[in-house]
Amino acid sequence: MDPVELSGVSYGYGAGALRRAVLREVSLRVAPGEIVLLTGPSGSGKTTLLTLVGALRALQEGSARVLGQELAGAGEGARVRLRRRIGFIFQNHNLLGFLSARQNVAMALETAAELPEAARLAEADRILEAVGLAGHRHKPPAQLSGGQRQRVAVARALVARPGLVLADEPTAALDRASGQEVVRLLRDLARGRGVPILLVTHDPRILDIADRIVSMEDGRVTAA
Amino acid sequence: MRPWNALWLPLRLAWRQLRAEKARLASAIAGVMFACVLVFMQLGFRAALFESATSLITAMRAEVFLLHPLTLASFRPEPLPRIRAWQSLALPEVERAVPVYLAQSTWRNPESGARRTIQLVGFDVEAGAMRFTGLDAVAEALKRPDTVAFDLRSRPEFGPVSQLLARRRAETGEAALPVQIANRRVEVVGLVEIGPSFGADGNVLLSETNFRRLVADRPASHTDLVALRLRPGAQPAAVRDRLAALLPADVAVLTYPELVAWELRYWETATPIGFIFAFGSLMGLIVGMVIVYQILFSDIAGHLREYATLKAIGYSNAYLGRVVLGAALLLAVLGFIPGALASAGLYAVVGQATFLPLGMTPERALLVFGLIFGMCALAGLLAMRKLRDADPADMF
Repeated sequence: MDPVELSGVSYGYGAGALRRAVLREVSLRVAPGEIVLLTGPSGSGKTTLLTLVGALRALQEGSARVLGQELAGAGEGARVRLRRRIGFIFQNHNLLGFLSARQNVAMALETAAELPEAARLAEADRILEAVGLAGHRHKPPAQLSGGQRQRVAVARALVARPGLVLADEPTAALDRASGQEVVRLLRDLARGRGVPILLVTHDPRILDIADRIVSMEDGRVTAA
Repeated sequence: MRPWNALWLPLRLAWRQLRAEKARLASAIAGVMFACVLVFMQLGFRAALFESATSLITAMRAEVFLLHPLTLASFRPEPLPRIRAWQSLALPEVERAVPVYLAQSTWRNPESGARRTIQLVGFDVEAGAMRFTGLDAVAEALKRPDTVAFDLRSRPEFGPVSQLLARRRAETGEAALPVQIANRRVEVVGLVEIGPSFGADGNVLLSETNFRRLVADRPASHTDLVALRLRPGAQPAAVRDRLAALLPADVAVLTYPELVAWELRYWETATPIGFIFAFGSLMGLIVGMVIVYQILFSDIAGHLREYATLKAIGYSNAYLGRVVLGAALLLAVLGFIPGALASAGLYAVVGQATFLPLGMTPERALLVFGLIFGMCALAGLLAMRKLRDADPADMF
């Protein structure tokens, strides 16, 4: 069973005559450990697809199995539980401004809080070291550069050993060098742990990290 | 998740968030503190009023009382026939009946000459039916004609009686200070402690005979209140029932707690005072709630992205609700502590200025903490609705 299995997924905003279809009969699979890039013009529905896979929206039509969980008809509780098993990386880092880097990373371990506090912080420190921020772990996001913040976000997405990483334009707010660095870090860490990545991007500079590139247009997958 | 963590981690997150913005935290604490002080003062005044209104009554050392059914409060009594006191002695349980005479009269400030209304309390000083502090020492002197004992806790407008008395004692060796009550010269021969109330700014105690000399225009056959001392072992409630059956309808028979409640009921229902203070407390709580709500609401509104991010990475609405409530409760605690300290200080200052028995009691502190806690929790629950605007799907 693949980590992501979508078949016949349609989605639209609005209701009745004003309804605007964003996804039409999309089917997509992501294999274990696979890095899939989703590209396409804006408005093609790739971000909506990502939010559906991430269980951030309720599915309207079709079937989506993510990490073994069927999302058609899944309630809020089931979706919240699934999200804990997914690592999210956003366009902006979205770190909590009042927490230090390591506290931000440890937040991803507090949802379930199966580990004691010391173990959570140790895990956070370990992964911050892996993204090259060992010396910055006590700094709040405001004292970090854009690239460093996004590396903290990568660390937060991966620290809880997710079964899947979803990323939305992770390099959009970064310059070329730090963008490349963040994506390579993400790829290397995910490869090392065998975590599949579904990454939405416009950025042609990072296409080379992909195992497979999926293009979308007008709510349909045009090339897989 | 372990239950302890389910509460502790959101609380810690709330604290870290509050701590990050010092100015906002300070204004929130000031708001809670303000509400706290307001409620403390209102409740303090209320309690002081009720306590001082009954200070005369609570000083009486008797188990059962007779008064006229139309008497609303002790400062404005309806006279009852004095014979009822002697009639009640028919019951073997009644050991002693002490008529108490109450009237308001005019006192002339011995220093400035200004006149002011004072409460006269006349009774048989030897009967042991009163336990005012200092009465025992002065009881013998009160038997002399035209003598009174002055309440040293009367408001200062009555003049510096205790200093004048002390000076006179030191200069002439005489333990009596001439003063004027109801245009008659009397002597203050000692000091007692009763305390002013809303009904009377000052009190003097005097014997039955001296009371009649000062208040000449009332029939000797009437009194205002009868204090009955019972023999040891007698049941006040049973004696009350038997007396009520025995005596005519022009007396009401009350036990001590009933008399105190009777007096309190007047201030609570016949005057708007109780309502005013309850209303004042409510206003304080509402203002405090609005402030806390504003702070929490703007905290959430300003951190919508962060809250949405937390939802996206798997935090439930309930968890984030606990964060907001945690912040509310932290504000309650952080505002209550300085608020209670400030109120205790204000009690001392205002108590000195108004001569009301204002003081911090553990019961009231607990009550106010409960009110402030509820106020903050309610503000938190209202602010929590804003969390719904944090939609994790908007994060992409």
